[in-house]
Amino acid sequence: MADITLRVNGAACTGSPEARKTLADFLRDDLNLTGTHLGCEHGVCGACTVIVDGRAVRSCLMLAVQAAGSEVTTIEGLAPDGELGTVQQAMWDSHSFQCGFCTPGMVMQAVAFLSDHPDANERQIREALSGNICRCTGYQSIIDGVLLAAERSASSDPAAPPNASPDPAAPPNRERRARE
Amino acid sequence: MKLPPVDYEAPKTVSEAVELLAENEDEANVLAGGQSLIPLLALRLARPAVLIDINGIAELSGVSAVDGWVAIGAMTREYVAEESETVADALPLLAAALPLIGHEAIRNRGTVGGSLAHADPAAELPAVARALDAEFVVRGQSGERVIPAAEWFVGFLTTSRRPDELLTEVRFPAARRGTGVSFQEVARRHGDFAVVGLAASLTLSGGAISDARLAFAGLSDVPVRAGDAEDLLVGERPSAELFDEAARRATDDIDPPADLHGSAEYRRKVAAALARRGLRAAADSAGERQ
Repeated sequence: MADITLRVNGAACTGSPEARKTLADFLRDDLNLTGTHLGCEHGVCGACTVIVDGRAVRSCLMLAVQAAGSEVTTIEGLAPDGELGTVQQAMWDSHSFQCGFCTPGMVMQAVAFLSDHPDANERQIREALSGNICRCTGYQSIIDGVLLAAERSASSDPAAPPNASPDPAAPPNRERRARE
Repeated sequence: MKLPPVDYEAPKTVSEAVELLAENEDEANVLAGGQSLIPLLALRLARPAVLIDINGIAELSGVSAVDGWVAIGAMTREYVAEESETVADALPLLAAALPLIGHEAIRNRGTVGGSLAHADPAAELPAVARALDAEFVVRGQSGERVIPAAEWFVGFLTTSRRPDELLTEVRFPAARRGTGVSFQEVARRHGDFAVVGLAASLTLSGGAISDARLAFAGLSDVPVRAGDAEDLLVGERPSAELFDEAARRATDDIDPPADLHGSAEYRRKVAAALARRGLRAAADSAGERQ
């Protein structure tokens, strides 16, 4: 057991996870953030994707103790006041989910990707989401939703990427802005 | 599945890591990006007593160019290498292969050294390292050794690193002027391991091929160089006929594995097709870089 401190969705958190506990299980079991879903538990399905220090990672392939000192954003962090973020709203409007199991991972991957590539086209979005498996939709509505999010954030303010937490590890010359 | 119980060490320096490896010998696994090792733990295919996590060793990360070589620290994450201008300029073959590894979220954690130490014969980086004759720097308690790529890969998921040694750095020779490259692969889905992959590099000088390198992934338990085809190519001028003959030579004698993703015959045909495509693409890009 090791004591760790990290920031999750902007709040400082501490815990004493066993070394073998993945970040996904720590978020779900110790912090009760069950929005992060576990599909395969070995890095194939992408359902457990969260953002660590500004980059999308699979939380089932990272130990909780390795997240010590990191800034983690989960699906719960995108709508802290119950109001959907840009990507979430666009995916809602595009019917981008059916059973919803893969949705948190899809959203987190899309948020991380669009914050780095606000002008992404359909081909790039398909590539970015290619590691996330959906067994319901056939993907088209998911791609539509993420494309709509990219269009909306481009038309509202070209300097504002879609919602993502500020990335402390980001190069200083890259424009980023905290979620409003 | 959940991971099995395991002890955990997080050394801060290479010396500490080497000491821990020596203490634990066969009982330890080195944890770098974890994108292969953690699934192996979850599936109970690896059962180490202790994980030695090298993520906190700052000296193991970074890309630097020295005297015609590019040294990449073992803990350098794949996305960092992917975004590196040094890699883009000096190692076009590596730059071509990196985006094909897994998916974005995998490359955000996965490391160059981790992939090469894991030594999956179907993975991209081992084929690149074999094609370019990369050098592997390992450190143990008795000091440092430099191992050429030809001796690094010894079998399925097996390298010549001794259990008490840590891979610290991989050195790639920088591409010479007139070098064109191509990384080709056929996979069931984008991001999957290749059924067959090919790292190809051609250097042209005065219109003739002065250096040719072909290394296949997925055809054996280690990445495979096509020496006969390389010998045929050197000294010749690029042409479709030459590349057809090189592809035939490269795949005539191979004995690829068969599994549910493809029969041996299928892999042989794919390998020949990739060789033709890869050589043409490499020759085209060599022309552009002259």
